[in-house]
Amino acid sequence: MNLLPLFFALPLAGAFLIPILSKIWRGFSDLIANSITTILLFLSFYSLNLFEEGEVIIYKMGGWPPPLGITMVYDHLSALIVISIAIVVFAASIFSIRYLEHFTGRVKFYTLFMLITAGMMGVAITGDIFNLFVFVEIASISSYALVAFGIEKEELEAAFKYMVMGEIASLFLLFAIALLYGRASTLNMADLANTLSVAGRDQLFWFVAAILLFSFAIKSALFPFHSWLPDAHPSAPAPVSAILSGIFVKVLGVYALIRLSFNVFGLTPQNSPIFFHILIFLGLVSVFFGGIIASRQRDYKRLLAYSTIAQIGFIMVGIGIGNFWAIAGGLFHILAHAITKSLLFLTSGAVVYATGKRDLEELAGLGKTMGITAWSYRLATLSLSGLPPLVGFFPKLFIIIGACQAKLYWLAILLAILSVFTLAYLLKIIRKVYFTTKEVSTPETPFSMRLSMLFLVILMILFGFGFQGLLNSLIIPATKVLLNGTGYGRAILGG
Amino acid sequence: MFFFITTLILIIIGLYAIVTKTNLIRIIIGFAILEYAINFFFALVGFKKGALAPIITQVDGPKNFVDPIPQALVLTAIVIGLATTALMLSFAIKLYQKHKTFDITKIKELKG
Repeated sequence: MNLLPLFFALPLAGAFLIPILSKIWRGFSDLIANSITTILLFLSFYSLNLFEEGEVIIYKMGGWPPPLGITMVYDHLSALIVISIAIVVFAASIFSIRYLEHFTGRVKFYTLFMLITAGMMGVAITGDIFNLFVFVEIASISSYALVAFGIEKEELEAAFKYMVMGEIASLFLLFAIALLYGRASTLNMADLANTLSVAGRDQLFWFVAAILLFSFAIKSALFPFHSWLPDAHPSAPAPVSAILSGIFVKVLGVYALIRLSFNVFGLTPQNSPIFFHILIFLGLVSVFFGGIIASRQRDYKRLLAYSTIAQIGFIMVGIGIGNFWAIAGGLFHILAHAITKSLLFLTSGAVVYATGKRDLEELAGLGKTMGITAWSYRLATLSLSGLPPLVGFFPKLFIIIGACQAKLYWLAILLAILSVFTLAYLLKIIRKVYFTTKEVSTPETPFSMRLSMLFLVILMILFGFGFQGLLNSLIIPATKVLLNGTGYGRAILGG
Repeated sequence: MFFFITTLILIIIGLYAIVTKTNLIRIIIGFAILEYAINFFFALVGFKKGALAPIITQVDGPKNFVDPIPQALVLTAIVIGLATTALMLSFAIKLYQKHKTFDITKIKELKG
C-alpha cells in the first residue's frame, strides 16, 4: 500500500473531524490532533525505509498516469522536509495542550493547526505545480488566521500586514504558473522539467524565474521582503510561532524555491551564475541585518523572530554557493534550525505561560525556578550558534567548507564571524531572563510542556552525536536529488 | 493581444492600490483587482480565437477546442481568492472594532 497520501490526508481528516467530534466531548480536539501528529512522526521515519537512495515513490491521484493527473512524489529531499515538519508539529501539538488554557476557541485552534500541517506536508510531497499553489494557499491562509488568533490590536495588525505580503507572493506565484502553463502546456513538475530543458532559455524563462524568486523571497522573509516576519511570528500563540519560524518559512519559501529552481528549471551555478549570486547576496544581507536588529530587541519573541531571518539567510547562502557541501549544509540547516528554533519559541511560550510577560526588561530570575526551560534555552542557544557536539554545528561547518571549496574565502570567514554573532544576541536573553538572581515564585511549567521541550532537546543531542548516520541516510541523498537537476523529470516519467 | 495588455494594466492598477492606499478597504479592493487580473490572464492562456467550447458531442466532430485546463484552474483560484478576501475583510472588521478607523497610518501598535 502506498503511504504517500496519508501525509496530507490524515491532517485534513483531522481538520474535518475535530470540529464535529468535539461537540460530543471537548477532549477529542486534543486527542485527535495529538494522535495525528504522533502518527505523522512515526510515518515520516518509517517511510525512509521504503526506498533506496536515488529512488522515488510516486502516487498517482485517481490512477491517472503522470503527465495527465496529479502526482505525489516522495524522494529524499521531500523526506527531509517531511521529517522536519513532523518533528516540529509533534512538539508543538503536545505543547499546545496546556498552553491553550490562556485562549478560548481550542477547537478552532486545532482545526487551523491541522490545516497548516496538511498544507505544509502537501507542499513537501506534491509533484504538480498548480497543486503546489493550492497547498501553499491552504498553509498560508491558516497561518494568517493563526497569527490573528489572539484577536487583540497587535495580533490583528500583524496578521493584516502578513496577509498583504503573503497574498502578493501567492498571487505572483499564480501568475508565474499561468506563464509557465502558457509556455509548456503542462502542470506536472517532471514533465515541465523535460519540456523546459528541451525548449531552451529565452526572456520568458528568466521572467518566470524572477517572479518565482520574488514570490518565494517574500515567503521565506529574505532581507528586503522580511518586514512581515518580526510582527507576525511573535504575535501568534507560542506553539504556532514555533511552527511558523521553525518550519513554515522553510517549506513555503526555501523548499519550494530550491525544488523549482534546481529540479524544474535546471539552474546550476555553472549555467546561471547571476541567479545564485543573487541568492548569496540576499542571504548574506539577511544574516547581517537579521543579526544586528535582533541584538537590539527587548521582546523575547521578537528577538527570536529576527534571529530566524538571519538563520534563513545562512540556508540561502548555502544554497547559493551551490556546490555539494554547501547545499548539504543548507539542507542540514533546514532540519537543525527547525528543531532548535522551535525549541527556542517553545521556551518563550513556557515563560509567557508562567509569567505572562515577554519584555526582557521585566523578566528576571527564572533560571532557578524554571530549570528545564532554562536548560532547554541554553542548549538551543549553544546549538544554534554552533557548539560542536550539538546539531547546529555541522550545517554551518558544511556551508563554510563549501565556501572554501568554491574559493570564496572571504565568505567563509564572514560566515564564521556571523555565526559567533548568533551567540551574542541569543545570550542577551540568557543574561536577562535566566542568569539574573531575583527572588521570584513562578512555578515550573506543566509536565506536557516540559515533555515537548525535552523531546526537542533529546533530538538536538541525538542528531548531533549521530550526525554521521543522519548525513548518510538523509542529507547526502537529498543533496544528490537537488544536484541531479532536471534528471528529476526523467526519474519520475521514466526514460 | 489587446486582452493581454488589459490584464497587465489591471495588475499594475491592483499593485498600485495595494502599495499606495492607506484605507484598509481600498487595499482589499486592490487585492480583488490584482486577483481578477491574474485569473483573467490565466483564462486567456487557454484561449484560441474562433475555437469551440471543449465539449465533445460526437466522436468525429470538429477538434478545434479551447484548452479547458486553465478554466478549471481559474475556478480553483477563484475559490481560494474568495477565502483570502473573506479573511482579509474579517481582519478589517475586527481592526475597525478595535481602532474605530480604517486608516492604516493610525493603526500603529507594532514597532522595532
